[in-house]
Amino acid sequence: MEEKEQNSYQVFPGSKKILVVGGGISGMTTAIEAAEVGYEVVLVEKEEYLGGHAIEMNQYFPKLCPPYCGMEINFRRIKQNSRIKVLTGTQLKAVEGEEGNFEVNLITAPRFVNDKCTLCGDCTTVCPEERKNSFNQDMDFTKAIYLPHDLAFPALYTIDVDACRGESCNKCVEVCNYHAIDLKAKPIETSLEVGSVVYATGWKAYDANKLDSLLYGQHPDVITSLMMERLAAPNGPTAGMIQCPSDGRAPEKIAFVQCAGSRDHNHLAYCSGVCCSASMKQALNLAEVLPDAKISIHYIDLRVTGRNEAFLNRVEENKSIALLKGKVASILKDSDGGLKLMAEDVLSGKKKIYTADLVVLATGIIPSGIITDNFSVQSDYENPAELPAGMYLAGCAGKPLDISASLKQATGVALKAIASLKTADK
Amino acid sequence: MSEEGKNTGVFICTSCGIKDCIDTSGLVKIAEEAVRFGNCIEQANLCHPEGIEVIKKSITDGKLNKVLIAACSPRAKTEEFRFNPDVQIERVNLREQVVGSHEPGDEDTQMLAEDMMRMSLAKLENTHLPTPFIPDKASEEILVLGGGISGITAATEGARAGYKITLVEREEKAGGWLNDLYKQIPMQSPWTRPQDPILAPALEALHQEKNISLLTNTEIIDISGQPGAFCVRMSRGGEEISKTVGAIVLATGWEPYDPSGVANLGYKDHTDVISSVEFEKTAGKGSFKRPSDGKPVKNVLFVQCAGSRDKDHLPYCSSVCCGTSLKQAQYVREANPDANVFIIYKDIRMPGMSENYYLEVQKDSRIFLTKGEVAGIIAEDDQLLVNIKDSLVYSDMDIAADLVVLAVGMTPRNSEDLKLSYKQGPGLPTLKYDFPDSHFICFPYETRRTGIYAAGSVRAPLTVSDSMEDAGGAMLKAIQCVEATKRGEAVHPRAGDQSYPELYMQRCTDCKRCTEECPFGAYDETEKGTPLPNPSRCRRCGICMGSCPERVISFKDFSIQSVSAMIKAIEVPDEFEEKPRVLVFLCENDAYPAFDMAGMKGLKYSPFVRIIPVRCIGSVNKIWISDALSRGFDGIMQIGCKPGDDYQCHFIQGSELTETRGENLQETLQTMMLEPERIRTEFIEIDEFDKIPALINDYMEEIELIGPNPFKDM
Repeated sequence: MEEKEQNSYQVFPGSKKILVVGGGISGMTTAIEAAEVGYEVVLVEKEEYLGGHAIEMNQYFPKLCPPYCGMEINFRRIKQNSRIKVLTGTQLKAVEGEEGNFEVNLITAPRFVNDKCTLCGDCTTVCPEERKNSFNQDMDFTKAIYLPHDLAFPALYTIDVDACRGESCNKCVEVCNYHAIDLKAKPIETSLEVGSVVYATGWKAYDANKLDSLLYGQHPDVITSLMMERLAAPNGPTAGMIQCPSDGRAPEKIAFVQCAGSRDHNHLAYCSGVCCSASMKQALNLAEVLPDAKISIHYIDLRVTGRNEAFLNRVEENKSIALLKGKVASILKDSDGGLKLMAEDVLSGKKKIYTADLVVLATGIIPSGIITDNFSVQSDYENPAELPAGMYLAGCAGKPLDISASLKQATGVALKAIASLKTADK
Repeated sequence: MSEEGKNTGVFICTSCGIKDCIDTSGLVKIAEEAVRFGNCIEQANLCHPEGIEVIKKSITDGKLNKVLIAACSPRAKTEEFRFNPDVQIERVNLREQVVGSHEPGDEDTQMLAEDMMRMSLAKLENTHLPTPFIPDKASEEILVLGGGISGITAATEGARAGYKITLVEREEKAGGWLNDLYKQIPMQSPWTRPQDPILAPALEALHQEKNISLLTNTEIIDISGQPGAFCVRMSRGGEEISKTVGAIVLATGWEPYDPSGVANLGYKDHTDVISSVEFEKTAGKGSFKRPSDGKPVKNVLFVQCAGSRDKDHLPYCSSVCCGTSLKQAQYVREANPDANVFIIYKDIRMPGMSENYYLEVQKDSRIFLTKGEVAGIIAEDDQLLVNIKDSLVYSDMDIAADLVVLAVGMTPRNSEDLKLSYKQGPGLPTLKYDFPDSHFICFPYETRRTGIYAAGSVRAPLTVSDSMEDAGGAMLKAIQCVEATKRGEAVHPRAGDQSYPELYMQRCTDCKRCTEECPFGAYDETEKGTPLPNPSRCRRCGICMGSCPERVISFKDFSIQSVSAMIKAIEVPDEFEEKPRVLVFLCENDAYPAFDMAGMKGLKYSPFVRIIPVRCIGSVNKIWISDALSRGFDGIMQIGCKPGDDYQCHFIQGSELTETRGENLQETLQTMMLEPERIRTEFIEIDEFDKIPALINDYMEEIELIGPNPFKDM
């Protein structure tokens, strides 16, 4: 610690720190941008790695480029900037005080693997337990001790406490040449004085199980957008091979159901803003990977704004992809085991039936929200929480946004968080 | 032994399979021969506290100022291996790029590791810690150009963060287009009612900030200089003012698209076909009247995407026009309860919470919305007859209207308003649709003119609330640039880098390659064409160094000399040993991490390659390639990030320049009477690590087919 201080970049004298809660792409952005101005930032993330949902993506739209590319640069910016302190496995427990003078309590869950880990992987060879791989949307398994993903930052293994047998097994501890595993590790509580707090707690997918008529959870070949993202990823459960979960065959007909839960009074009245582009991106990838497949996107409106129009044109020009206006009302099991989509074709005004062997539900997004001991923040986009001065929402904690818009918003929030530190000086 | 200022410590880690893979005593021997003053230590678990302690103690005891760590990738254990800032650190990537990717105990693997040790020692010998460039009296003030809502917000938020701001507006008053708004689409919960324009409270907030000086009636004459020291000359109603600022926010906004050219919409033919901007100006003044004869209107038809989403006109979607028409439809209904409104759209795009407003408007049964294409408009019986094809209701229908409002798109104002007196021109380079940005997904504020950040609708069509959010981000980047410049550091993507290009002018031939190829316009020129560097405009990519035929340009820690020394350090076996050598220039940004990931996954490739990481593939100088070929290297690979329209090059043009310079290189090969295949350029994405073995091995096969480089024995 002493060394780090000696080495510390110049910081603004007497300035308080900024706390950023949530280490997805928005939280990382707020933290890095503020730290590159010269302020000290504590970035906390509840998972054991940074990157949130963004790093789970196979590609970003509209460039169809890998998220690792930008993430690598951002991790480098964090690694070489000692003004940023990253705490993974950490949650905000309580906040007290006012703008410029907050006292926050954090709780860090034990990772059971310390900085001595060299990623050699010997531990996974001996570990007898498995866990569902949450990074791959539970579609495959890892050992109880695992590296979250290839570019995980911090680059350390971690243990899933619910899957691990603990000290009675101890195999990983014994095999580790680096004394990097401590199964006795306990949670750590930290209290901290900060000048402003940014909640970048992100989003989660609307629960597709609630969409009764769309067969999710009842038929394995009805999947969500996030599952599709991992199925398409080279580091996903199938190494990028597109397979029907039911029997592993390559699908011939794939249907995307837009507004699955969005723009629907029984579910989310609002538009989630990103699902049209997300499905188009996935459709373009499928058209390339499965050149003989027929792909349809069933939509209400194609909401691809601004410069992304060129991306829509690319989809329109793709002969494998059909864009069909009309909301899918229900999905049924076909007699041959396939899937039948009942949709309204708005252009002809008729009810239409489409068949598919893989259906992707473009599920809407809702804020993850945050609950601490003394208050809660935003669990519903429709009724945004009023935050006290000195506290801000960044990225999808506040509203549904795509990557680029999240980054812009999160950069702007860094400025507000800095201004709050100045308020305390006055 | 020790000598002040020239003491090198070499530390070789034996863990992570290194000791099992190679004979580290061979590396020790090389290090001991090369390092005259200092020490060489083998240590297990070098990154563990006991290892770090060993390094620290050596630094103190041996007064080391250069430290070479032969262990894992420089991307790993970065914090552990960070010492006193006066100590220069070099890393030899044994774990990922030797142990991970090559056979243990193999002679060729050993030769690779030993060459890597030699290369890093040579680099350390030939490089130095940078000394930062800090402009004299770096200014912390920020210029905001454009006094619309984006500029007002940027100025206010910048002042709140403690910075002095000059806000420049060419009109007589600030506010821009918001001065003409009757209402704006809702910005907050419950997003159901249009609200009063945010301009009045925004101006009030602006005037409360003591640190802002608002100059109206003012235009830029020209801007010269660099971050920390931009010299801005302005004309305020004819009077010239000068100012030095540290950074600039460009918030000059947008212009409505002129629909005159969209023949089927009849804007030029009919007085009662007007644009949404013109319609807005007539709102809030009682009932709406026809421009032609002043008669009150009853039936109003809105045409969405008037010129937008049309490859022949404005190819993109302007994002705000759907909301604008919904709002204006409500104006019509409010002014006349008997009025009917028709909205003809391609898609109704009210993303996010703005959907709530769309739902609200749909409740009005006299606002008819239909998807369709307007085929033509004709005047008939004192009315306009709008012919609509492919609607949801009929394939062909006519609607009679008293007034037709064209929802026109937004075009960015030309960034040449900046009037930069830069060699590369007065504005910001654009990527697509004249929007001045580059890596718009991951790094949306990155422009190609360091210290100048676009905000609001000059960069992309944005609603009022999105513009306000956007403005804060651009101001943050401007402030960040001011602070980084004060510290003598680069801004993104090499944030924190204190090196900068230094020019040995005696050898310069004024060929202008550096001034033309710098993606960030960092160089100006004298009339003769001699380059005038502006170090704080520089993003430290080294593309200028790669461009220079006379080897004039170098960085303290990355130079023609240092890379040449690395190439020289590699031992090239003669042709009878049948051990070809391929030199790989590897981009640090995407390709290098991909190679690391391949190593971590144990993907094996030929041990005959020797990798030199470079800041950008565009920083590779031709001289290194011809040096390597005359030393007997059998092939040269340049591996960079993806070029093209969707480029991933972090320095925008590096990969593209490598492609164009390729032709030049072929000439070099011809002069040397070598086969064209001896140089290959490849581009990979960061997640394509699984393709690396094939990429390398296929090239090795090709090289083996064409045989050894005849220069080997010369």
